[in-house]
Amino acid sequence: MLMNAALIKLLQTLLVLLIVSVVAFFFLKMAPGDPVMLLLGSEYSPQAYARLMHELGLDQPVTVQYLHWLGRFVQGDWGISYVTRDNIFKQAVLQALPVTLSLATLSLLMALTLGIPAGLLAALFRGRWVDGLVSSLSVLGSAFPSFYLGIILIWVFGVELGWFPTMGFVRPWDDFWDGLYHLALPAITLAVYYTGLIAITTRSSLIEVLNQPFIAAVRARGEPMVRVVGVHAMRNVMMPLVTVIGLQLGGLLRGAVMTEVVFAVPGLGQMITTAVLSREYGVVQAGVMLTALFFVMVNLVVDQTYRFLDPRLRAR
Amino acid sequence: MKSFWKAVSHQRNAMFGLAIVGVFILMAVFAPVLAPYNPTEQNLEFALQGPSAEHWLGTDSFGQDVYSRMLYGARLALGIGFASVALGLLGGLIIGLSAGLLGGRVEWALMRLVDAILAFPEIILAIAFVAVLGMGTDKVVYALAISFVGPFARIVRSDVLQVKARPFIEAARLMGVSPFRIIVRHLLPNVLSSLMVQAGIRISTAILLESGLSFFGIGVVPPTPDWGLIIAEGRGFITMAPWISGFPGVALALLLIGLTLLGDGLRDAFDPRSGGH
Repeated sequence: MLMNAALIKLLQTLLVLLIVSVVAFFFLKMAPGDPVMLLLGSEYSPQAYARLMHELGLDQPVTVQYLHWLGRFVQGDWGISYVTRDNIFKQAVLQALPVTLSLATLSLLMALTLGIPAGLLAALFRGRWVDGLVSSLSVLGSAFPSFYLGIILIWVFGVELGWFPTMGFVRPWDDFWDGLYHLALPAITLAVYYTGLIAITTRSSLIEVLNQPFIAAVRARGEPMVRVVGVHAMRNVMMPLVTVIGLQLGGLLRGAVMTEVVFAVPGLGQMITTAVLSREYGVVQAGVMLTALFFVMVNLVVDQTYRFLDPRLRAR
Repeated sequence: MKSFWKAVSHQRNAMFGLAIVGVFILMAVFAPVLAPYNPTEQNLEFALQGPSAEHWLGTDSFGQDVYSRMLYGARLALGIGFASVALGLLGGLIIGLSAGLLGGRVEWALMRLVDAILAFPEIILAIAFVAVLGMGTDKVVYALAISFVGPFARIVRSDVLQVKARPFIEAARLMGVSPFRIIVRHLLPNVLSSLMVQAGIRISTAILLESGLSFFGIGVVPPTPDWGLIIAEGRGFITMAPWISGFPGVALALLLIGLTLLGDGLRDAFDPRSGGH
């Protein structure tokens, strides 16, 4: 049964990806401007136009064009950028994606190391000033627009105090520490949003768990409070945490795009927005396709994580 | 309306949020009365002036009055927020109702379409649509609305399936009530409350996305008084004239916080699925 459920889920995901590819393909078809004219420049003969149209396969039916495009896309042939003359696959997958991933991972780590203890404190001292502080800061953090926060952080910590670089970007895999140093401010900006969410979730689910009978039983057995919270209660907080992190993935990506643009971090968000501004629809299409692929995959992983975290689901 | 007030008035945070949002709504509605200057009137002679008696919040690099622009910006932000969510809600309602009521192949096809919409992170979808549709206030509204159709459709469908199975619908059908009447009189009211909560929460997302797109330069076009645009424009003068991006930025942050507090309060009161937050 389990095998079947996983297989159906996988088939469904593949189907969704296929629909996504259709949407992305017609997106490029809808984009204003004629790709042939774009390639030929201002002066050309009708013969040259027809020849290029044939070479690009644009004289064929749309369905054939789509299949050709899909075939090339799957093989990693995503075309050439008009502006940088660079291979789009290389630009998107090998250059931009790892940057966005390192930004997101770093800020998620920051948010977890700060958010879980904060939520824990708030839950244990419920109703006291610590709780009030954590709860208000969480709302503030999760609601504050990240692009504006980024500007403030650059101004205060970059320009006025001079603690962090305000310009340039070093890839963490070229020089790890210098890379982290350059990623610090963007990652903090992005982490603020998630820290709030994680703290709120940890707090509310811990309060819920601590009220359950099995906690009373464990305490009655005389186990120290550290073990009660750390082992018995926290295990039950992992589920809602994974749910929130998974559900708010869109929020993380939104924040990542905004942060990248503000800090000029050369990730996917920066790539897509610059491409929109320079009307490079091929690059926009690649970026859209790539984020959707990634988004669907991560959601699939989050889904499977539930099974791992909650033994009750494995039986289904 | 009565139940809305009942739900909110019990919660201190939600009341606080309502107060903030209320102030911004007043600002938006009475912007023409409150604003001392035309928000797009340029006067280079008075450019980059700090807050003073003539210009309460100073002027920007074109000599436009920051206070007036901030007031009209509230109008634009709330307007785009409400309009895009309303449009997305309408689309989601149509798709969700059709899927939930018709069932079968129609439902399957519609829900796969919804899956595909939901496969895109909303900001990417919005950027992609702005890229195709072009920039401008109305285009931003459409782009945001499309990215909201997916989540709304999914909620409506699951609510419809739940309500449809309840005995009173069957009773109404057996009594010979017309399907249209069942939908309007019995189904919709039961679906609406959780939908309204979701809509309330989405408005803050819409405003954040809208100001973000405008900040990037791919949303609302200048010289429209938009908070995101003003913040982007004032960014270059942040050490010299921090008031340009400072006041609209604080306004945007405050409105988003107010909407979040209000939305959380409504969710806790109306949406049983959110559990014991």
